[in-house]
Amino acid sequence: MPYKTAQIRLVSSHPEVYEPCDDSFALVDALLADRTNLLEHKPSICLEVGCGSGYVITSLALMLKEEIPSIYYLATDMNPHAMRVTRETLQAHGVDAELINTDIMSGLEKRLEGLVDVMVVNPPYVPTPEDEVGQAGITSAWAGGEDGRVVIDRILPVADTILSERGWLYLVTLAANNPSQICRSMREKGYASRIVVQRSTEEESLHIIKFWRDPEVRPSLKEASTQNRSAPTRLGESLLSQFSRFSFWKSSNGSGSL
Amino acid sequence: MRLLTHNMLSCNVKGVTNGFPLIIQADKVLEKPAELNHDFLRNMFYKVDWKALVDAAKSMGYSELPESAEASMLESLDFLNRFHHALMELHLEEGALICPETGRKFPVDKGIPNMLLHEDEV
Ligand SMILES: C[S@@+](CC[C@H](N)C(=O)[O-])C[C@H]1O[C@@H](n2cnc3c(N)ncnc32)[C@H](O)[C@@H]1O
Repeated sequence: MPYKTAQIRLVSSHPEVYEPCDDSFALVDALLADRTNLLEHKPSICLEVGCGSGYVITSLALMLKEEIPSIYYLATDMNPHAMRVTRETLQAHGVDAELINTDIMSGLEKRLEGLVDVMVVNPPYVPTPEDEVGQAGITSAWAGGEDGRVVIDRILPVADTILSERGWLYLVTLAANNPSQICRSMREKGYASRIVVQRSTEEESLHIIKFWRDPEVRPSLKEASTQNRSAPTRLGESLLSQFSRFSFWKSSNGSGSL
Repeated sequence: MRLLTHNMLSCNVKGVTNGFPLIIQADKVLEKPAELNHDFLRNMFYKVDWKALVDAAKSMGYSELPESAEASMLESLDFLNRFHHALMELHLEEGALICPETGRKFPVDKGIPNMLLHEDEV
């Protein structure tokens, strides 16, 4: 039986590169849980932003490899060491991806507009002082600034640009990021969303959220032009109730779980 | 870095309007055999900028691509083989990508392009 996800003992490492952690595992579990849908989806371009050790992109490639042998995988990270480590992790598992050392999708955004079928992101999401965001070294792997949202809020519009009409985004969020607000703002751009995996550890409560374009979600022109953003669609309501079932998502707001 | 990726990259420096395609400075090119997949190539054909691919392949020492291409050519196995070779099997291992407008060089080290900008370029 071939392995469906990357094996920890084959994942390369470097002191300044984020090691696979609960969030990485939760994201891969979400992809595995959605694997049947992914196979039906038949993506031709898959992308990871912030690939770190390469654990996630390698796992994605492994779990789709047999059924869809030729997918164009791209992975970016702003940390140059992560590039080398990801390359080694991919090689150790016999899979391949194109790597670009860049800030989010800078340099790729224009030409990849509307082409990406699957995008996966485990962003730096921990609430920290603003000046820790994007620093060289390991801090930038988790430092997310105010509410842990600084990098996430830069990634979301990029996702909207590069996702294909049928594109999917899988995003790791922490309760303190206010995931239901993220879903609401994506809804305004016409995206439906669903929690694929929800996981709480002693330190953090994680949601892996999947976003996709849904014509029914697009707010009508009238609604969009008024200030009133509180009239939720049916989908939005059900999503909000998904979150409220996990009562801690709000109460842990700002806990800065490091 | 494959030429498929080169085809997706443009100069990201603030204010640049004609940053595509990046000129290739090929210091070291590798050929790595890859399995040809018809569906994939057909799919990518519509996403690729053909002229950019032809020029990029030339700068990597491969000039077997037709100057222009149209979808009907996808029926030809000979064409698919060439397209596949240029797109998926040629790797820029060492060198640089150069902005056609400003001459800004983006190094490619061990097959990985570095598109990180300096503070005054963002
Ligand atoms: C939480 S780690 C996730 C690493 C890996 N994907 C995983 O799940 O184990 C976040 C990664 O994003 C990268 N990163 C942070 N800010 C970035 C940015 N602006 N552009 C690209 N990558 C970024 C970090 O270097 C780090 O590798």
